[in-house]
Amino acid sequence: MAEKKEGKNGKAVKLVIDGKEVEAAEGTSVLVAARGVGINIPTLCYNGRMEPYGACRMCMVEIETSWGRKRLVASCVYPVEEGLKVQTDTEKVRKIRKMIIELLWPSWQAYADEYGVTSSRFKTGMTDCSLCGLCVRYCAEVKKENRLYFKGRGIERQPALVEGSELSCRACGECFNLCGSGWVATRC
Amino acid sequence: MSRIATPGDLVKLRDRLNAKRNAKATWLAVCAGTGCRACGAMALADKFEEEIEKRGIGDKVGVRRTGCHGLCERGPMVMVQPAGESYFGIHPENVPAVLDQVETGKGDVEQFRYLDEEGGKRVSKLSDVPFYKHQNRVLLENNLWGDASSIEDYIALGGYSALAKALTEMTPDAVLNEVKEAKLRGRGGGGFLAGRKWESVRKAEGEPKYVIVNADEGDPGAFMDGSLLEGTPHSVLEGLILGAYAIGAAEGFIYVRQEYPLARKHAQLAIDQAREYGLLGEDILGSNFSFDVKIHRGAGAFVSGESSALMSAIEGHVGEPRPKYVHTSEKGVWGKPSCLNNVETWANVPHIINKGAAWFKGMGTAESTGTKIFSLVGKVKNTGLVEVPMGITLRDIIFKIGGGVPAGKQFKAVQTGGPSGGVVPEALLDLPVDFDELTKVGSMMGSGGMIVMDTNTCMVDTARYYIRFLAHESCGKCVPCREGTRQMLNILDRIASGEGREDDLGLLEELAEFMQAASLCALGQSAPNPVASTLKYFRDEYEEHIREKRCRAGVCTALIAYEIDQSKCKSCGACQRACPAGAIDKGGKDGKVFTVVQEKCIKCGACFSACPDKFNAVTKVPALSIKR
Repeated sequence: MAEKKEGKNGKAVKLVIDGKEVEAAEGTSVLVAARGVGINIPTLCYNGRMEPYGACRMCMVEIETSWGRKRLVASCVYPVEEGLKVQTDTEKVRKIRKMIIELLWPSWQAYADEYGVTSSRFKTGMTDCSLCGLCVRYCAEVKKENRLYFKGRGIERQPALVEGSELSCRACGECFNLCGSGWVATRC
Repeated sequence: MSRIATPGDLVKLRDRLNAKRNAKATWLAVCAGTGCRACGAMALADKFEEEIEKRGIGDKVGVRRTGCHGLCERGPMVMVQPAGESYFGIHPENVPAVLDQVETGKGDVEQFRYLDEEGGKRVSKLSDVPFYKHQNRVLLENNLWGDASSIEDYIALGGYSALAKALTEMTPDAVLNEVKEAKLRGRGGGGFLAGRKWESVRKAEGEPKYVIVNADEGDPGAFMDGSLLEGTPHSVLEGLILGAYAIGAAEGFIYVRQEYPLARKHAQLAIDQAREYGLLGEDILGSNFSFDVKIHRGAGAFVSGESSALMSAIEGHVGEPRPKYVHTSEKGVWGKPSCLNNVETWANVPHIINKGAAWFKGMGTAESTGTKIFSLVGKVKNTGLVEVPMGITLRDIIFKIGGGVPAGKQFKAVQTGGPSGGVVPEALLDLPVDFDELTKVGSMMGSGGMIVMDTNTCMVDTARYYIRFLAHESCGKCVPCREGTRQMLNILDRIASGEGREDDLGLLEELAEFMQAASLCALGQSAPNPVASTLKYFRDEYEEHIREKRCRAGVCTALIAYEIDQSKCKSCGACQRACPAGAIDKGGKDGKVFTVVQEKCIKCGACFSACPDKFNAVTKVPALSIKR
């Protein structure tokens, strides 16, 4: 996957991901470094063509820095550093990911089987949009058209089409297949 | 007014201004803070001026429109200076009495003096009023003595002397070290050491560097920063200039929330005046140091008070926190090193520079030095703005200064730290107010909101209130915060309406842990605190709601009903007249007294309020006890 604005001219950094020694260019995210050696960290809002967004929190991993600080971080926005130890599949992160899938149920089920989620304990009302922002960011960052935006904040947040964009959006359609549920496609 | 070119000029100007102030024997300081203004303080000040002119005593008596005096409960208030006599609840019609007193000492003003309930005596001096007696007002002192919109008053009271001292006698390093040495911690909530933050901004690579005042105070019930910025804007500005000098910043911002028009107006006025006097701009006080400030008006989002969100907002973007693990002290506004502190933190700086770190450390505890301003609100007698040394107990603040809970009710808990904080129960009231101590019990200092709750407050409802606030004020970007608050709100709504389930408390706890661990910014990470702390200290109340469908505080309307005590009802009809739903009938005791028709009742509580205290016939009972 092409990585934007990352890893250019960076010097090599050594770190350990799930017990595996990994070398990555400075500035690379932990997520990209892990995927580079075949360790798949699940993501929803991540797409290599856009700036990492850090919103879905599916990519959270446990880290321990070379000076011994342990914490949970979103690997898509955490840069590699010398001596970093990363664990991508611990009980803690699995619990977080499971909760995310439940909270977005049923709008996004890509990892439901892997995490053993078959239903949600919550009444979510998330039917056709998980608010990952892929469409909004693709239109802004890749197409540079800014036809989509988020309106409202907090629990009122929802994607919206700039008024009068329906025809040009249908003609472009590039973001349609980024969306798991077809939110944009069904609105123009 | 010409520019003040040197520190010597500043001293001369101060002497001249003081002579001008002293030319009048008496000043009437009318509190013109937001609260008193709402009670007509500006009209009161105008009336004073009119009456003074009418009596021809303008050469002896002057009027000042000052910042908030603090005891909002008793406003509008007037302090006679320099004597310090204070009158509370003064309205334009009382002006002649106050002026009679000032002129002859024989005004009919006894009724406006503070009544000390304990001693049963009227107190004439402000410093003897219990509310003030136990405070240590350092930052708020100017709010009493200076006109809020006058740089002349600020200079006369010693303002900008710290700046003059720093620019002539101290290197930037020395200023930084003094703040470090004082152990000043950020008053915005986090309690991070200001000196350390300044140092990292100073050392960070990148030019220009920025210094920023965070005046986006949005916690429900909090008005410390607003009152400080509108009352003594120059002290905040002076602190900011000192910070800029120490850090090496050439530009600054004051980020004021949209909801504080007066603070914004006074801050802008202060900037304009300081520029005119040569205290901002090029070559300040002839020192070669140049610095200027702009005001940025917030757009109404609570989350914009978060540092990276605030910086995005200044850049003109939507105020959403940034996901990257980079400190704003390294990459802040436009990717440049930026130092953000809140209003109160900056306002402390001139005092530290003037009086030294040792003096500052003399107040407070070992790790929480100095004073802290709280806005004391809720079920407490003396609501208002309070400044106390750190380390004082919550009990002293609430009972000695606040006067305790109004008669007839009992203290239940105090909520500190705003939506990110938690409740502290009676058993922990002897806790010292200190950044670390409050965190230990699951609350936090926050920026200083303090809401007192009595036994008529429902803890489930309290948690629900804060979660609803956060669910709407979250930016909505990350899943844990947006969906976590959404589900917490669903569950709390369910519990409050009597539909709670046995596993709901477990779900709440699971959500709380998840949000704390996985949220993108501090808002989401601390959002579960109101739930977690009420669950920790008042779990039995949640269980009562779920199992017995009972709200002991009588707040959750779905769980209560109104009844009229047949033996107490005197048939006055007040309840019937107040009821908007026509739900009160003369049906009881052979048609002689009133009863509530439960099928029609909308539980608005109008009958409960309307029933005269001497009868007290309308009562709240558990809804389940009503036979339909």
